[in-house]
Amino acid sequence: MRRGSGKFVAGFLALPVLVYLVFVIGPYLQAFYLALTDWRGVSGSPEFIGLGNFERLLGDATFWKAVSHHAILLVVLPLATLGIALFFAFLINAGARSGTRGVWGSRFYQAVFFFPQVLAVAAVGVLFQAVYRPDSGGILNGLLNAVGLDNVGWLTDPDLALWSIIAVLVWQAVGFYVVLFSAGMAAIPKEIHEAAALDGAGRGRMFFSVTLPLLWDSLQAAWVYLGIAAFDGFALVAVLSVNRGGPDGATTVLPLEIWRTAFSFSKFGYAAAMGVALFFLTLTFALLALRVTRRERIDLA
Amino acid sequence: MTFNRRRMLHGLGGLAVLTAVPACAFGGNEAETPTGPTGDAGPENPFGVAEDAALEVVIFKGGLGDAYATEVHEPMYAQRFPGAKVEHVATQQIAQTLQPRFAGGDVPDVIANSGTDLMDLGALVDANQLLDLTPLFDAPAIDDPKVKVRDRVVNGSIEAGLVGGKPHALMYVYTAYGLWYDAKLFEANGWQPAQTWADFDALCAKIKAKGLHPFAYPGKNAAYYQYWSILVSAAKIGGNKVLVDIDNLVDGAWTADPVKQSAAAWAEIGAKYLDKSYEGLTHTEVQTAQNQGRIGFFPCGSWLENEQKDQTPDSFEYAMCPLPSVTGGDAMPYAAIRTAAGEGYIVPSQAKNSAGGLEYLRIMLSHEGARGFTERTGSITIVKGAADGLPLSPGNKSVAAAQSAAGDNIVTYNAFENWYKELETELRAKTNALMFGRITADQFCAEMQAKADAVKADSSIPKQQRNG
Repeated sequence: MRRGSGKFVAGFLALPVLVYLVFVIGPYLQAFYLALTDWRGVSGSPEFIGLGNFERLLGDATFWKAVSHHAILLVVLPLATLGIALFFAFLINAGARSGTRGVWGSRFYQAVFFFPQVLAVAAVGVLFQAVYRPDSGGILNGLLNAVGLDNVGWLTDPDLALWSIIAVLVWQAVGFYVVLFSAGMAAIPKEIHEAAALDGAGRGRMFFSVTLPLLWDSLQAAWVYLGIAAFDGFALVAVLSVNRGGPDGATTVLPLEIWRTAFSFSKFGYAAAMGVALFFLTLTFALLALRVTRRERIDLA
Repeated sequence: MTFNRRRMLHGLGGLAVLTAVPACAFGGNEAETPTGPTGDAGPENPFGVAEDAALEVVIFKGGLGDAYATEVHEPMYAQRFPGAKVEHVATQQIAQTLQPRFAGGDVPDVIANSGTDLMDLGALVDANQLLDLTPLFDAPAIDDPKVKVRDRVVNGSIEAGLVGGKPHALMYVYTAYGLWYDAKLFEANGWQPAQTWADFDALCAKIKAKGLHPFAYPGKNAAYYQYWSILVSAAKIGGNKVLVDIDNLVDGAWTADPVKQSAAAWAEIGAKYLDKSYEGLTHTEVQTAQNQGRIGFFPCGSWLENEQKDQTPDSFEYAMCPLPSVTGGDAMPYAAIRTAAGEGYIVPSQAKNSAGGLEYLRIMLSHEGARGFTERTGSITIVKGAADGLPLSPGNKSVAAAQSAAGDNIVTYNAFENWYKELETELRAKTNALMFGRITADQFCAEMQAKADAVKADSSIPKQQRNG
């Protein structure tokens, strides 16, 4: 490197790095420090209490309930979202009988599938409040009533509530991944699909033997994104669920418990400890996911 | 890359600065006496407010709106101190808005600490963040300097704001609680509010036969409307000591017989007459349903009529009645109702103009301030006689009648709602579980006792005591 260019590069980097340090790394450090204190959020002097908060976490039933919900989300959210998104993307790009073009009207579907992604999460929450409304005024229950069935407590039945919320998460996420996978599929040279078609591959065979392996990179990225999303869920749960995380804690998630512990219970130290636990859970998942899904790259060029 | 040592040290220096930045979040102050610039104290200005000191007022903009502040109290303050700039902030999320400001030491001068996201008073007092309001109550009243402010408010209202043994919150609004119904609907059907539990059950059956839901409360966001019913009934069965024991975290307070009897009685109403859908509906949705003539009884406080005034049809006339007696041997008569001073107004100890904050509260407690409040909100304040002669709405008339019938039989307030938010949150969840049939009354009592024991054993939660 030429003399002086280092200074030049550093000049460009200094500001973004500083912003990153102040607004990302700084709060992280602060959270790690707070997790070791009994800070109640309003006093001037947090007291250092070592690992006491983490000890308390081990015996906190609500915390473990939230973690178990993340475990469910971690499995169901990526599986359902990726499954549906792949199916739609395949139909849009190679769903026609020839196997090389999408089904009729595919561009229209692509736009429609993307709509939910454009809505703010809060708007989605309000929308599904109307869909899931527990009395006959609800959209789903109104339909059930029309065919002579009783109202279903989509969000009030403790066995059903979490699944109702997962369905919304999937509904919102699918469109983005349809577009992502469509782009990935469009990048696959037409000849490969044509060659497979000539060899007599049906649509199923084509998908599993040709499209899926060539999409692996996008799929892996999508898996990590959705996994990280599975550790959130705050906004939808806060808007949709009974008693914020209910009934009986059936829908609660860690970000919600952190928020409640901090702002309602004024236990910021303990909330920070939950945050640190969440940080390590997310980090562990991301590392594991990248490690497990690592495969040899297929070079199309 | 040519990275020399000096630049490396620069980088480290930068990091050191950064670790210092988060530390600023904990600016501290231990004062509990008025701070900030002060002017000359005198009979007209007992706290010595500086003439030109700015005043920042944060109002919870909920059922009461905020016109009472912008149109009544703030202009009154500006009139007394023409040089002062009064800044008004309205929010629905008190804790989220103000917690960072408390931590940073940049606090407003007056706060209406209300709503579902109010700040935990126990934590604030524990950290010496609130001004002791004793000087306010000992100050001369604005209307009559010979009388102290404390003699201008109704009995028990100062006690309702005690935290850590001192009045740290001004509980300003005088609220009555009971069962709300449409008087015209009841009259048309020949229904009479029931005095005994058996009659209540029979009446609910009649209402149900008419195709209405006899009883409903908003489980989604206001389960506390119903836990008030359970606790008020418990107090009527066993006396106010039941509720005082619960506040004081007395061993076995939740498993006491009156609580069990009340929970069992209400659980039965839940099983027989409470539609499952109400667990997932908000207070606005349930109140609208009642206005549409679909609900018989709705447990609520006396702000209800005003909150609904834009939606209530002309054919609907709000009225309130006491909760029916659960047993024949209740400690309190049927006429007993809960009336309590609520809606806490606080002055932060670190406020730049805390003397102004106290003066603002003194203005609120003046005859003119309190009367203006009632005119804007339809709610009565703790200031004696301030609402006399104002035209009363039908709902307020029924409250006044219930109050005079109750006489001294007043069910006391719950202090734990302000003291121990964790216990309160658990109670919301357990109330829904009980009323919608997922747990029995015995389980309800046992699980609430377990939570109360956990709060009591938790050394990180400062404990409070009340005497009566």
